[in-house]
Amino acid sequence: MEELLEILSDLHPEVDFETCDTLIDDKILDSFDIVSIIAEINDRFDVTVTADKITPQNFNSAEALYTLIQELEDED
Amino acid sequence: MLFTSYAFLGFIAVLFLLYYLIPRRMQWGLLLIASYLFYFIAGPSWLLYLLATTMATYLAARRIEEVGVRQKAYIKANRQQLSAEEKKAYKEKMKGRQRGWMLACLLFDLGILAVVKYTNFAISNINGLLRLTGSASRLDFWDIALPMGISFYTFQALGYLIDVYRGTVEAEKNPFRLALFVSFFPQLIQGPISRFGDLARSLYEEHAFEAKRFCYGLQRILWGYFKKLVIADRILVGVNTVIRDTETYQGAYVFVGMLFYALELYADFTGGIDITIGIAQALGIEVKENFNRPYFSKSVKEYWRRWHITMGTWFTDYIFYPISVCKPMLKLSRAARARLGENVGKRIPIYLSSFAVWLATGIWHGASWNFVVWGLGNWVVIMISQELEPLYARFHRRFDVRGRGWYKLFQVLRTVFVMSCLRTFDCYRDVPLTFRMFGSMFTRWNWQILWDGSLLGIGLSAVDYAVLLAGLILLVAVSLLQRSGSVRDRIAARPYPTRFLIWYGLFLVVLLAGAYGAGYDASQFIYNQF
Repeated sequence: MEELLEILSDLHPEVDFETCDTLIDDKILDSFDIVSIIAEINDRFDVTVTADKITPQNFNSAEALYTLIQELEDED
Repeated sequence: MLFTSYAFLGFIAVLFLLYYLIPRRMQWGLLLIASYLFYFIAGPSWLLYLLATTMATYLAARRIEEVGVRQKAYIKANRQQLSAEEKKAYKEKMKGRQRGWMLACLLFDLGILAVVKYTNFAISNINGLLRLTGSASRLDFWDIALPMGISFYTFQALGYLIDVYRGTVEAEKNPFRLALFVSFFPQLIQGPISRFGDLARSLYEEHAFEAKRFCYGLQRILWGYFKKLVIADRILVGVNTVIRDTETYQGAYVFVGMLFYALELYADFTGGIDITIGIAQALGIEVKENFNRPYFSKSVKEYWRRWHITMGTWFTDYIFYPISVCKPMLKLSRAARARLGENVGKRIPIYLSSFAVWLATGIWHGASWNFVVWGLGNWVVIMISQELEPLYARFHRRFDVRGRGWYKLFQVLRTVFVMSCLRTFDCYRDVPLTFRMFGSMFTRWNWQILWDGSLLGIGLSAVDYAVLLAGLILLVAVSLLQRSGSVRDRIAARPYPTRFLIWYGLFLVVLLAGAYGAGYDASQFIYNQF
């Protein structure tokens, strides 16, 4: 989780990712941010986030995103 | 049958009546009949294209789902015998089959669209090449009319297909229900491009008559007609005069035409969508909003999140993300980061994918180089803004202006201006002419036309300008009010005489100030031609 928070904070230092759960709903993350995050996740966690996993539910909070990463790790 | 014709008003009046009189379980069937009748009246032969796309999409989606069901059953039945690797390999094999069905249908549906929409564009380019090489031979153009709304219903069908492939929605078992989703007449010709998961349930369920919802629907339709008939079709005369006579109307006229077109397009497209959503609302059906006060955007990127929203999200979900996060792209990005540095490497997926999106957006809008250049122009502007973001951030840290009203106004006007400049490619017949006309704003100095009465000579009288100005003020006022909630809710909370005055007043304005009669064509909605 720490590593994921680091990736997110590098992109938007002004956002409190530990508490915010409306990252997509409040348009804090846009499509360009999401692609940058996926590239970082792909490198650091060695999982592949495919396009069908890009949903507001998976990206609305750091916690949801971390759950997705764990699910993908389990699948592998 | 245009939305603005008396026949259409009669059509929806009869539909509303029947819809609430027949047994509720038959309502969606009536909508299907109405939608196909509407399309049949528009062009009987076009029904074949619609049917072909619908049937192919139905069959492919069913096959995709069947493969998925078979895969799950096999894994469940052989859970004990199969190793983790074998399970994974089997899943991948079956996913490959699903992908095969999805791609075959994608090619079929897009193939129809490509053939009817882009064949003549391809022929004109081939003829251009033949001319350049000195050859005397030319290919004949294909005599084919573009089926109404084909770009919209094809994308709607493809969105459904991809969602079934992704497992986001279940395949529709009843072909007639799917046919209604693809052809639902209010949105068939100019969107919004709905998703199956958003629209289907509301489309098929039974709807009892609700007076408030029905009235709100009618009010929204009336507001749409106001935008279309009082503003868009009125200013259209001025826009056409300026863009059709390119020898006379240069310099400041181009600037005026650009701004007038911005207003015309907004009133035309949002007016059409108001009518669409209003009809759906009167029928009890929820259709997603397609606009969110786009001219209040502070940047081009924000503008595209608020204008033609359903098209933007379609391109983002089905083109931008799949390209930008696919394995080859991530590999390319990693290689670029290693060789060219972190900054360049991480930009590559974004740059290339958004290039593809804007190229596709341009081509989707029309089969001409103007639209290609327009699409790529948007891409260039968005990429430049993206690169300038750190500079803006530094500027905003140094000067605390972001909360100031004048600065917000500056940002809004800047966005309107940039979008208006880009849209000149919509207006003129080819790319060189567009650049020449745009350049004339800086070379032909005739800005006195703004105040010397010349603008009364472009087909618009003083009364027209007065009506347009009043209409524009009303549009801005309503948009400002919408920021703090529904305007219709606020009107509904007023005493009856006030409500009566407002809605009947608006009705009378549409009736009296709508652009009808001599000098005005019963014009199509601009987006009908896409």
